[in-house]
Amino acid sequence: MVKRKSALLLYLGLIIGLVVSVFPFYWLAVMATRTTAEIYSFPPKFWFGTHFISNITRVFDNVDFFGAFLNSLFVASCSTLLVLFFDSLAGFTFAKFSFPGKKWLFVLLLATMMAPSQLSLVPSFVIMAKFGWVGSFKALIIPGMANAFGIFWIRQYAQEAVPSELLDAGRIDGCGYFRLYWNVAIPILRPALSFLGAFTFIGSWNDYLWPLIILNDESKFTLQVALSSLNGIYVTDYAMVVAGTLLAVIPLIVLFLFVSKQFISDIAAGAIKS
Amino acid sequence: MAQPLQNRTQFDSGSSMQLSERKRGLASEIWKHRKQYLAISPFYILFAVFGLFPILFSMYLSFQRWDGIGVMTYNGLNNYQFMVTDPEFWKAVGNTILIWIYSSIPMLFFALIIAFLLNASFTRFRTFFRIGYFLPNVTSLVAVAIVFSTVFSNNYGLLNYFLSLFGLSPVEWLNKTWGIQLAVSVMVIWRWVGYNAIIYLAGLQSIPTVLYEAAKIDGATGIQSFFRITIPNLRPIILFTVITSTIGGMQIFTESQVLVGNDGGVSGGGLTIVLYLYREAFVNNYFGYGSAVGWGMFILIALFSVFNWRIVQGGGAKDE
Repeated sequence: MVKRKSALLLYLGLIIGLVVSVFPFYWLAVMATRTTAEIYSFPPKFWFGTHFISNITRVFDNVDFFGAFLNSLFVASCSTLLVLFFDSLAGFTFAKFSFPGKKWLFVLLLATMMAPSQLSLVPSFVIMAKFGWVGSFKALIIPGMANAFGIFWIRQYAQEAVPSELLDAGRIDGCGYFRLYWNVAIPILRPALSFLGAFTFIGSWNDYLWPLIILNDESKFTLQVALSSLNGIYVTDYAMVVAGTLLAVIPLIVLFLFVSKQFISDIAAGAIKS
Repeated sequence: MAQPLQNRTQFDSGSSMQLSERKRGLASEIWKHRKQYLAISPFYILFAVFGLFPILFSMYLSFQRWDGIGVMTYNGLNNYQFMVTDPEFWKAVGNTILIWIYSSIPMLFFALIIAFLLNASFTRFRTFFRIGYFLPNVTSLVAVAIVFSTVFSNNYGLLNYFLSLFGLSPVEWLNKTWGIQLAVSVMVIWRWVGYNAIIYLAGLQSIPTVLYEAAKIDGATGIQSFFRITIPNLRPIILFTVITSTIGGMQIFTESQVLVGNDGGVSGGGLTIVLYLYREAFVNNYFGYGSAVGWGMFILIALFSVFNWRIVQGGGAKDE
C-alpha cells in the first residue's frame, strides 16, 4: 500500500515536470496556428487554430526564411564535418601514438578550455575584420573547426575502443598513418563521432551572439539571427513570428529525437569524466 | 700542469658531443613523428590565432580609445576608470548576479529532485522521461525567448491569464525590473533543469548500491543514508554543475536581448554584463572600452568561481 502510494506520488512528480518541459513546445505550435489577435485574447486558446498556412506564407513573404534555413544548414554542416575530421584525427593521435612532448601538449590543450570566450569577443571581431571575414561564413566556421573538448572526447573513447593490436596488424599490412586513421580508427570511433557530430551541429545551429556580430547582410543571416530580427521588426504580427519560430525549432527536435538516447547518456558521461 | 687542462678539454668535447647527439636524437624523434604533429597541429594553430592572440590583443585594446574605424589613441587606465564608475556597469553586474541566483538555485534543486525520481528503482519509461526533460536544452535560445515573451506578456500573457483565474489583477512583467529578471530566470531554469537532472542521475547511478545495503544493515534510515552516502558521493558532480551554471549564468545574453532588447528593457532589469559589453562594443562602437569590460567580466567570473568552489568544498569539510 505504502509502496503504491509513493509510486503514485513519484509518477505525479515526474509527469508534472514533463508537462512543464514540453508545454512551451505545445504552446508554440498552438500559437503558430492562430492569428495575433487570438494569441493575445482572454481566455487564451489552448487548442490549434486554422491560420497556420497563412502565417507561414507571411513568414516566407517577409523574410528569406528558406535562405536563412539553408545558411544555417550550410554553416552547421560544414562546422560539424570539419570538427569531426580534425578532432578525431587529433584525438586518435593523442590516444594511440607516443611522440616527444605529448603529455605537455595535452595538458596545454586541456588548459585552453579555461580560456574565457567573452573576453575575446571584441578582438576576435577585429581579427575577422582584418581577414576580411566580417559578413562571411568563414568567421563562423573556421575558428571553431578544431576544439579541445572534441579532441578530449575522442581521445578518451579511442584509448579504450581502438585495440593497439589492430593498429599493429594494419602496419604489417602496409597501412600508413593516414590509412590507419581512416580505415581502422574511424569505423571504430563511430559512436563517439555521432555524439560529437550531433553536439556540434546543435551548438552551431543555435549559436546567436557571434553570428549576430559577424553577419551584417540579410542574405547571409542564419536562422537565429533572422528570427531575432523578425521578432524585432514585426511586433504587430506576432502570429507570423511564432510560426517562423516553430519552423526553426522543428528540424533540430527531429534531429535530437533520432540521436537522443545515446546523446543524453554521452552528455552525462562527459560531465562525469570532467 | 697541462694535463688537467687537456683532460678538461677532452671531457668538455665529450659532453658537448653527447649533448649534440641527444639533440640530434630528439630532432630525429620529432622528425620521425612529423605526421603526428601535423595531425594535432590544427587545434594549436587555431587556438593561437583565434584564442590566445585575441586575449593578448584585448589586453592591449583595453588601454586604447578606438571606434573600430578611425585612429587608435592611447587611453591609459581611463577605460577601466570609466567602467568602475559607470552605474550602468554595476547595474549589469548586479542584474547578472541576481538572475544567476534566481535561476541556479531552483534549477539545481529541481534537477536533483527529478534525478531522484528517475533513479527510484521502480521507475519505468525512464528513457522517455529523460528525452522529454532534455528537449528544452537543444532548443535555440532565440526561440525560447520568443515563446516566453508571450507567457510573460504585459497585458494578455499566459501568466496574467492564470493570475486572473485566481482573481488577481494582471502584472506588467516586462515593465518591471524584477519581472524581466524573473522571466529571464524562468527561461534559464526551463532550459537547464533537464540537463542538470541527467548529470545528477548519472552521478546517482555511479554510487555503488553496496554502500546503501551496508547502511541498511547497520540500521540507517533513508534520510541518514541520503545525507551520509548520497550527498558526499554526489559532491564532485554538484560542484561541476555549480561551476558550469556559474560560468553560464555570467554569460547570459540571448534571453535578455531577444526578450527586451539591447538596453535591457524599460527599467534596464535585463541588462546583463554580456549585453552591456555587446551594446558598448558593437552598438556604440567603443571597442577599447568593450575590451576593458571583457576583462572586468573575466575577473568577476574568476572571483565568483573561487567563491563558489569555497562554499561547496567548505560545506564538505564540515560534514566529514
